[in-house]
This record gives sequence, C-alpha cells and structure tokens, in this order.
Amino acid sequence: MDKTARRHRWDTKFAPYGYVAPYFLIFGVFGLFPLLYTIWVSMQHRNLLDEGGAYVVWFDNYGKLLADPYFWNAMGNTLSLWLLTTVPQILFALFIAQLLNRKVRTRTLFRMGVILPNITSVAAVTIIFAQLFGRDFGLFNWVLGLFGAGQIDWQAGTATSHIAIAVMVVWRWTGYHALIFLASMQAIPSSLYEAATLDGASGRQQFWRITVPLLRPQIIFSTIIATTGNMRLLAEPLLFNPGAAAATGGSDRQFQTAALYLYEQGFTNYDFGYSSAIAVVLAIATVIVAGLGYLVTKRIRTE
Amino acid sequence: MRPKALAIGCAVLATAVVLSGCGSSTAGGGKTKLTIGLFGNFGYAELLKEYAAVHPDVEITDRTASYSDHHKNLAAHLATSSGSADIEAVDTGYINQFKATPDKFVDLNTKGGDQLKDRWLPWKWEGSLSKDGKQIGYGTDVGGLAICYRRDLLQNAGLPADRDQVAAMWPTWKDFMAAGKKFQKKAPEGVKWFDGGPTVLNAIVGQASVGYYDKSDKIVVGENKEVKDAWDLVVDGVNSGLSSKLLFSTPVWNTGFKQGQFATVTCPAWQMAKIKDQAGPEAAGKWDVTSVPGGGGNWGGSYLTVPKSGKNIDKAVELAAWLTAPEQQAKVFKSAGLLPSIPKLYEDPSIVDYKNPYFNDAPIGKLFTDAAKKLNPQYQGPKAGDIQTAIGNAMQRVEQGKQNGEDSWRQFVGDVQK
Repeated sequence: MDKTARRHRWDTKFAPYGYVAPYFLIFGVFGLFPLLYTIWVSMQHRNLLDEGGAYVVWFDNYGKLLADPYFWNAMGNTLSLWLLTTVPQILFALFIAQLLNRKVRTRTLFRMGVILPNITSVAAVTIIFAQLFGRDFGLFNWVLGLFGAGQIDWQAGTATSHIAIAVMVVWRWTGYHALIFLASMQAIPSSLYEAATLDGASGRQQFWRITVPLLRPQIIFSTIIATTGNMRLLAEPLLFNPGAAAATGGSDRQFQTAALYLYEQGFTNYDFGYSSAIAVVLAIATVIVAGLGYLVTKRIRTE
Repeated sequence: MRPKALAIGCAVLATAVVLSGCGSSTAGGGKTKLTIGLFGNFGYAELLKEYAAVHPDVEITDRTASYSDHHKNLAAHLATSSGSADIEAVDTGYINQFKATPDKFVDLNTKGGDQLKDRWLPWKWEGSLSKDGKQIGYGTDVGGLAICYRRDLLQNAGLPADRDQVAAMWPTWKDFMAAGKKFQKKAPEGVKWFDGGPTVLNAIVGQASVGYYDKSDKIVVGENKEVKDAWDLVVDGVNSGLSSKLLFSTPVWNTGFKQGQFATVTCPAWQMAKIKDQAGPEAAGKWDVTSVPGGGGNWGGSYLTVPKSGKNIDKAVELAAWLTAPEQQAKVFKSAGLLPSIPKLYEDPSIVDYKNPYFNDAPIGKLFTDAAKKLNPQYQGPKAGDIQTAIGNAMQRVEQGKQNGEDSWRQFVGDVQK
C-alpha cells in the first residue's frame, strides 16, 4: 500500500516532464542550439572553406555591420517590402474572408481555392511571376501596353521591383490569412448583426464596427506571422533575377533583402562570421518590427 | 480517430527511415554508384552511357545545377565534408578559390595524374595545381573565343553575312562597335547588335594580358587600364543603343535567342551548345560563327575534381580521367562544341575539319583550334567569379540607366576592394 502510494506520487511528480520532454528536446536541437551557435559564430572571423582558420573577434563583425551601407540598404528594402506586403495582405484577406462568409453555392470549393497559392512551391511561383514581370515579353507590360503605359523594366527600379516582389508575396499568403479570418468570423454570434440591422447599420458599417474589432486577436496574429515571414524574405528576391548575380538582388541591390544579404555574405563570400552577425541583428529586428505591428493592430477598438 | 492517425504517422515515418537507409553508396547487386555534379551542358550524356556499358559494375547519375548554384553548393558541401558528388566540375572562375584548400580534394598526382600530365595544355594543367603541388582537377574544355552571329539579321541590315567578310569587318573591338552602329541604323525595332554589355565586356577582358588579379593574387582591376578601356568601349556601345540589355544566362536572355533580339553574341566554344538549346531547331542555319575581334581569348573552361569526402574515390578518379581523355574530349567537341584542352587534338583532322551544320556549316574545328593556339591564358585570382559578377552588375546599372559609366565604375572598384 505504502509502495504504490509512493510510486503514484513519483508518477504524478515526474511523468508530466516526461510528456513534455520531446518538445524541449526537439526545440533544443533544432531551435536553441542553432541560435546559440549562431551567436557564437557571429563573434568569430570564420570562412566557410577554411574552418581551421577561425578565430574569435568578439564584436568586430557587429561594428562592421553597423557601418555597412549595403546592410542598411538591405534593411530598408526589407522594411519597404514589409509595408508593401503586410498591409495589403491583411486588407485583402479580410475582404476575401467576408466574401467567403456569405452563403454562396460551392463555397467549400472557393474556400479550398484560396489556399491553393499557399501550397504552390515558392520557387515555381517566383519563376512564373518573374516571367510575367518580364521587360520585353512579360504579361504585365503587355497589358500596360494596351493602355499605352509603355514598357516598365520592373527589375531596374527600386519601387517597381518592390511592387513586383510584393505582388508575389501577397498572392501567396492572402488566402492563408483569409482562412484564419473566416474561421473566426463564423464564431461571431449572428445576434450582433441582427441587432445592428435593426438599428439600421449598413453592411459596410457592420463590417468595420463589428467584424473587424471582433477579429482583433486574429489580425494581430496574422500581422505577426506576416512580419516574421517578411523579415526572412529570401526566395522571391533571389529568384526574381536568376543568374550569376542573383544574390545581390539587382544590379544596384535595389531589391536585396536583409536575408538575401545574409545569404550573399554566407554563400558567395563564405564569410560565416559576418553572415551570422547579420542573422542575429535580423532576429532582433524581427522582434522589434513584430512588436511595432502588434502595437498598431492593438489599436483596433472593440466598441 | 487519434490512434489511427498516429499509426499512419508512424508508418510514414518508418517508411521514410527505411528509404533514407537505402541511400548508401553501394546498391544491391554490388554496383558502385557514382554521382557527377555538373553545371550547364558538358555534353556527357552519351559518354556516361558509354562508360556504364563497358563498366557494368558502375552506375552513374549526373546532377546538373546552374553555374552559380553549382559552385555555391560545392563550397557548402566541402565545408561540411558531406553531400558532394563523387566527381565535381569546377569552372575557371572558381578553380583558384578551391585550389586554395587542396586538402578538400583528392590529389590526382597520387592517383596516376602525374603520368597523364602531358595530355593537357601546360597552362590548363597548372590552372588546377595548388601552390604546394597538389593536382585537384583534370581539365575538360577551354573557352576559346569566337563570335556567333545571325546571318539573316546582318543581311537585312545591309551588312555582309559571309563569315570571312564579317570577320574582316571587325579586326578590333572598336570596329565591332562601329559595325554595330551601322547595323543599328537599319535594324528592325527591338533588334540590337549584341545581347548585353556584361557579356561583351567579359570577352574583351578575357583577352587582356592581366585581368582582375595580378599573379600575387592582388586585385588590380581598379588600376588596370586594359579593363578600363574595355569598360569605356562597351559603355559607349550601350549608350549608342547597341545592347539588348539582357543579362547573360538568365531566362530573359534565353528568350532573347528564341525571339531573335540580338544579332551577335560572344561565343566561347561552350556557348554554342547554349545557343543551340535556346534558339531551337527553327533557327538552324541562321546562326554562323566567325573569329572574335582582337584574335584569341579565353572565357571559361572547366575541371573535374574528386572531393576527398567521396566514398568511391578510386572509381571516381578513373571516371574523371576517362571523361577528360583525348578520345572523349574529341567526342564532346563534336556533340556539344566544347573546345578540348588537349593540344594534340588541335592537329587531329577529325577535329580541325569539323563543321557544324546548325551554324551554317561553319568550320568551327578550324576556327576554335586556331583560337586556342593563339590563346594567351590570363591569370584568374581566387574571387574572379565574384568580380565578374560585380562588373556585370556595374554594366547593368549603366544599361538600366541608373548610373552613368563613370559613377558605376567607381562604385564597382569600391565594391571589389571591400
């Protein structure tokens, strides 16, 4: 009797740790260790091809980084793309979710349809969009040509290249956020809308005064997801201009994101110490920008 | 529901584990699996089949990536000593970088390479020889230069189309640009004289006695007058509207061949395979090849290396030696146009008299062996490939109208000295 009681106590005390252990093990191996190791490497001078020649330089890489105009250029591009992607993504997603929330025929089909862009391979999407944004034979220029707008060299300009990349990102992720919004829209009690209708509120008023405020937690979630995704934006700018110079993000780094600059330093210059320093700063920047996004979306009032 | 999903998950996981276990180097039946990592078109498809037919114990798979991806992957694989193929091709632009770490590769001299040494052009052999005398690669092709041009487009613009007359039109690059200005006056809309500034610039720089580096591995491109003159000449060509402004080896450049957007393209021997692939059968006979302004010159050419991390080093060395042997290089020249790095072949009538029907029966055998004999190899420093990218970006900034020639040059010089 005494024995089983002790075993029972032992069990309740330690078994929960056993149950959660796998998560912490996996997080330790694939999350925490790489993070700490990156910080360690960022304090070294280290070449990918010559690992024997690594030595510790402490904060030299960070000093160099803060004075590096190409890094700040890449950060600027990242922030510009953050604005150009996050805001339209959330707005379009709200709009699409609102449409899907109505009683239309074959709506399951539509709901599945909006997630399709998200499950398409990012490489395939980018390569196709790069063709669509082509200077001489691209579809977008052809359409613009019909209106006499002339040819745009999308890759050449800073603004045009950012728009092109933002279109790829928005196209890929809007459906994902729309489904999240749709799910929570369906949890909003219909009595709220019925009362609003009785009070004479228009559909538009109901959307902005009832739906959007009640969706606040989901909008905050989506903003943070979109922000972290955007801060490590790599494949789209990398594949937008394939060829030997892909890692520089255009002839004048006009669409080189911070993640792409990290890639260039790591895998073109093989400078792993510097590249890791960029990774660390980028991680900190991600937290700051995500915090900013949180503060902005938090201002949505629940009335 | 739950237990069932769990069971399925376990089954999937178990299958994955079993499958990944099959990836070992020796397959069932005692066959040795060799992999070969390539970029672009090496013309090896038939040769690999031929080799496998006489070596039934060997199974070869080739994996081809784009030029820059291939070399980046190779560096990452070497750094982690895993994942590289048994044989890895390395281009001239990257060989100096890799031969700075010779311990990552098998020293071919210890595997009979010193016996084969006399096969190759002496400078090709030395190109992959490390400072401490280790041979890390067998030479494949060299990039003897020529110009490929569209007969029909030149004719329409009132220029001669016959290859000797065309060559006579451009003894120097200045003449080449002058001919372009003449061409541009009568060219149909959207058709330009050359594909893009960076491509032309590479060819001219390739002819210089000194390129981006001096022999002590110091970057001298900023002070190098030969390179600056070439830069100014091409900038002038771009400003005169001679460029299609397409960046070498990108999808839009490939489209350019299909659409006939440019009349000439600098043609290292390996370029012909690209043109044939991109322009397609409907352009057969429209293209022709003639000699390059300024005589010879080199752009590209590769080596086959055997990384030390491989599991079948001896078989890989054997295959690399076979693929780069004179007989095979001769076959590759005829199938894909890659110019051999073996001087003995430059006297071989089957090579010298070889004509290519796709290029209007151009005597490419004679043309390229002549170019190879005149070839004055330029020393390539450790980061030649990256500097080539940077100068290409600089030229593109001029083409895109983002900067003028001087500003862009200054930025380029600043970039490479970082």
